[in-house]
Amino acid sequence: MIKTCDVAIIGGGPAGLAAALSARKAGAENVLILERDSFPGGILQQCIHNGFGLHYFGQELTGPEYAQRFIDEAENTDGIEILLDTMVIEVHGDKSIIAVSNKYGLVNVQAKAVVLAMGCRERTRGALSTPGTRPAGVYTAGCAQRLVNMEGLMPGKKIVILGSGDIGLIMARRMTWEGAKVQMVCEIMPFSSGLNRNIVQCLKDNDIPLYFNTTIVEIHGKERVTGVTVAEVDPKTRLPKMETARFVECDTLLLSVGLIPENELTTAAGIEMDRVTSGAKVDAARQTSVPGIFACGNVLHVHDLVDNVSQEAQIAGENAAKYALGTLPVADTVKVIPEGGVRYVVPQQLVKGEGNVALYFRVGSAYKPARLTVKCGDAELKTTKKQIMTPGEMEKVVIDLGKVTGDVTVKVEEA
Amino acid sequence: MKKEFICISCPMGCPLTVWEENGEVLVSGNTCPRGKAYGIQEFTCPQRVVTSSVPVRGGEQSMCSVKTDKPVAKTEIAKVLAAIYGASVKAPVKVGDIVIPNVDGNGANVVATRRVLDRKK
Repeated sequence: MIKTCDVAIIGGGPAGLAAALSARKAGAENVLILERDSFPGGILQQCIHNGFGLHYFGQELTGPEYAQRFIDEAENTDGIEILLDTMVIEVHGDKSIIAVSNKYGLVNVQAKAVVLAMGCRERTRGALSTPGTRPAGVYTAGCAQRLVNMEGLMPGKKIVILGSGDIGLIMARRMTWEGAKVQMVCEIMPFSSGLNRNIVQCLKDNDIPLYFNTTIVEIHGKERVTGVTVAEVDPKTRLPKMETARFVECDTLLLSVGLIPENELTTAAGIEMDRVTSGAKVDAARQTSVPGIFACGNVLHVHDLVDNVSQEAQIAGENAAKYALGTLPVADTVKVIPEGGVRYVVPQQLVKGEGNVALYFRVGSAYKPARLTVKCGDAELKTTKKQIMTPGEMEKVVIDLGKVTGDVTVKVEEA
Repeated sequence: MKKEFICISCPMGCPLTVWEENGEVLVSGNTCPRGKAYGIQEFTCPQRVVTSSVPVRGGEQSMCSVKTDKPVAKTEIAKVLAAIYGASVKAPVKVGDIVIPNVDGNGANVVATRRVLDRKK
């Protein structure tokens, strides 16, 4: 099958759907979404808990409800086509795409602009190199979430969770509500990367203990997990203190140990990457180093709120449409440089111009209270104090682009 | 009796102490009005939205996600989950379809939160 379109979008999750809608609204005549799953909606399909949409819709929705609003709108919009069960295997700098599909065979797409919206995937046991045997019963938290919520299957009865990211916390409650016993959640860091309300409503509500500075040093079991050895770590070196090791019985280990943007297509296309975010480097239009290829959502940097994904995708979709129509302005760019406690800033570059621009960033550890300073050379563009900044919450600062004359620094320090 | 909570209104996570004195609920440890409101709610009647999935007959998917359409008392969660555990729906299902009416005896319905179309013949 050969197709042409103004804007091709890779991925039909929350980022891809929002990007498609805004690309169409911005004047792209035909928008094509390529999705490898059999249904649109991406990861939201399995995030059946509520808490989505407070910022974007001003009401609390579950993941599937949040997704359905975008799916409905996309399906009712002329000029947006979704190809399901279709997996993109190559993206090129000339905006051509190769995809494969059981239904359509080989799919060749020639687009004028491309939006990368492939999302992220979970880190696995292999990434941690946890010693021990190789029994059944070790799952990533998101895999277990899909099994329980979408397939109606229970991965186990007695659970230990490693990592206190949001998916791990959500799954602690979900497994408990489905009748399993969650023994504990272990977190190697002295703080959780999960949202505060998840710690309260998922763990405290269900009397599940959370141990900080604690990790799993061995997995036991031949055919099936029979238990794990848990040990405290030295907070400075994060090395286990083996004298604290103890055996905890369980039949299932869930891993919630981080997400990695899924960027194989991006790197193969020769797009410049940010080593901290593991996503592409972009400007404020979310355009990558390859003109006409844009990126948004978790493939760009891992978000904690889907509301922010939708907003970012709108920016990418709108600008992809402008690029396709030949109306995206080209101008000099400056760098945005993280300093002090700031781990990364998106966008990494700014195109000089007028108006306000929002910078999104994350800190490396907790600052309580935090002082944020945005500078351009010696000129202070913005300085604010905030009661708290934590690694688990993405922060946002809006600056006046008109005042940007050179590289911009974003700095957080203890106030 | 004094009760302790961690406020979830923002990332600060203020440790709240809440107690009753002369018929009035008092909160300490909060740093803003939202914290006080949260403390009073948790002390007097903690509520949660319950979410789960139920099997679908004849649908494109085998499960349909559901939720209570308003928060239910924390003490009723086990009862609500038991009711959901025995429930199923028949395709087609659309968002908002009532799966179990008045599940908590207090007006909260269990409703579908995703669309499930008929399985294609």
